[in-house]
Amino acid sequence: MYRYDEFDQTLINERAEQFRRQSARRLDGDINEDQFKPLRLMNGLYLQLHAYMLRVNVPYGCLSAHQLRRLAHIARRYDKGFGHFTTRQNIQFNWISLTDTPDIMTELAEVDMNTIQSSGNCVRNITADHYAGRARDEIEDPRVWCELLRQYSVLHPEFSYLPRKFKLALTGSPHDRAAVAVHDIGLRLHHDNQGRPGFEVIVGGGQGRTPVIGKTIRQWIEPRHVISYVEAILRVYNLYGRRDNIFKARIKILVNAIGIDKFRKLVDTEWEQIRDTGLQVSNTEFERINAHFLPPDYENLADQGDELAAKRTREPAFDAWMRSNVTGHKVPGYAIVNISLKAPGRIPGDISADKMEHVAALADQFSFGELRVNHRQNLTFVDVRQIDLYLLWEQLVALELATANIGLASDIIACPGLDYCALANARSIPIAQDISLHFANSGKLQQVGNLTINISGCMNACGHHHVGNIGILGVNKRGKEYFQLTLGGSADEHASLGIRLGRGLPRAEVPGAIERIVDTYLTIRQATETFLQTYRRIGIEPFREAVYGPVNVSRRVA
Amino acid sequence: MAKILIANRLTDGLVVFYAVDGNWVESIATGQMTFDDAAADRLLAAGLADEHSNRVIDPRLIDVTKTAGKLIPAVLREAIRAHGPTIAVDRTL
Ligand code: SF4
Repeated sequence: MYRYDEFDQTLINERAEQFRRQSARRLDGDINEDQFKPLRLMNGLYLQLHAYMLRVNVPYGCLSAHQLRRLAHIARRYDKGFGHFTTRQNIQFNWISLTDTPDIMTELAEVDMNTIQSSGNCVRNITADHYAGRARDEIEDPRVWCELLRQYSVLHPEFSYLPRKFKLALTGSPHDRAAVAVHDIGLRLHHDNQGRPGFEVIVGGGQGRTPVIGKTIRQWIEPRHVISYVEAILRVYNLYGRRDNIFKARIKILVNAIGIDKFRKLVDTEWEQIRDTGLQVSNTEFERINAHFLPPDYENLADQGDELAAKRTREPAFDAWMRSNVTGHKVPGYAIVNISLKAPGRIPGDISADKMEHVAALADQFSFGELRVNHRQNLTFVDVRQIDLYLLWEQLVALELATANIGLASDIIACPGLDYCALANARSIPIAQDISLHFANSGKLQQVGNLTINISGCMNACGHHHVGNIGILGVNKRGKEYFQLTLGGSADEHASLGIRLGRGLPRAEVPGAIERIVDTYLTIRQATETFLQTYRRIGIEPFREAVYGPVNVSRRVA
Repeated sequence: MAKILIANRLTDGLVVFYAVDGNWVESIATGQMTFDDAAADRLLAAGLADEHSNRVIDPRLIDVTKTAGKLIPAVLREAIRAHGPTIAVDRTL
């Protein structure tokens, strides 16, 4: 993985020292909150409901065991002993003191980590497929490009005050695990008709109060031009994006307003002027960065056919875990292992300092000392020897980290919601807990199969509810929490936005409604159809009826 | 309805309440309650002065009710601020 060079290190150290002086001036009363707020936000420090919250970047989800240990230390020393992994592959600490923040930044800088641009109207942490470099279906490892784009966009003077925040996601695989279609820019590596790898560039996707599936602005671009092309998009957005209305400031609104064709023309005109400048990625530069992403020293191993099969037959719990949490690796004899942070009744994405340390030790023992954070708020070991799978599973079981539910109904995305977030309308976490416990008790998890449930506590949609197969949005009606369900959302290569099912439900009715939706699916599914496939075949009506009763009744109560 | 003055403390961001002695306290139970508009105005003025002198951020009056001897802010958001997250702050996750 990428290690800071002296330039990165100097920049990050200087930034930490700069923030030390800024916060000292604030604490001394030399600057007021209005003056300080933009400065702290540029460093990922929010003021939430109960305390300051610090968001730490995990660039494209890559984390070393060493870094995870440092995060554990920060959780223990400066917070209440835990952290929360987010849908942007970052980690947030919920109980941070302003007085401690400069020290935390220094401690992060020591392990090549920072909080720069984890908030504010700038290019945010770039996210990527958490299987990058390891997935069997991958065309090329996108992380080199992620890192080049990270270096390019961090503290870029021209793009420090964009009309609004800006999010990029990359995938190198045809199967999109990075939700690239709902990002300001999504980059998808694929082959052109001559078999050359390049990026499809998708622009103007996003969630929030105006969810949009991004549009392809360019079918294929040579990777060495990707930075200049991104810059051309940023320039057009910077120039024409609205600054008068925060709700209309994202690039998706601009693209929709002028149309993708006109937007493309503007971008191309801009691009013509910069494409052959120093923004072109030279082979030397590519190789310099690529050297950080070379594969580890894999052993020459064969796939474990019979031995694994025997263990799976003997141990049904191991078999269930293998089925949902473990997936194929591009190198024979290895596997990708997902660690669920979604045990029934637990807080999605939360992990204690102790467990962070245990996971770090396991990463050292089983996966070359590295791991990934994925956007569904779980962790991933990408290089596990198949012969170690059983042993790793046993150790995860002992840590209560072996919940076999990746991609299943209890693998719920939930934003912090009204339990922590100052912008929330309703709580998210308790809803996730209700539902995951409900599924744990019903015993239907495996039978239901792949089903994503995503929960947001307000329209900002940090919990990706628009692209959940079942989405749940918390709203506040006359001071009470209600939850609106949407169906049919998807974040993969066939991305779609969920359709609203009906009126909002009180919290107590949510698990029952989910149960009826799921039972309807189980009744009408054909053969091996997933929930989403069934939904796409038959539409929303049967589900609507299952939750709200026959049409005439639901009309009356609506 | 009775009112109480709530804010976040500058140094650590924790939720605090204005107390009778002019200090900011972490427990709503020891916050100063007011029952009439004139007293509420005076309380808010004191809060704004403390915001100006960089002790707290965003002081505001909130409605509270007393239920079973416990002060509960009328609005859920403020109730969660006053009494903490409604989920376990679980260190064993
Ligand atoms: S979706 Fe809303 S409530 Fe949830 S974290 Fe985002 S801003 Fe906060």
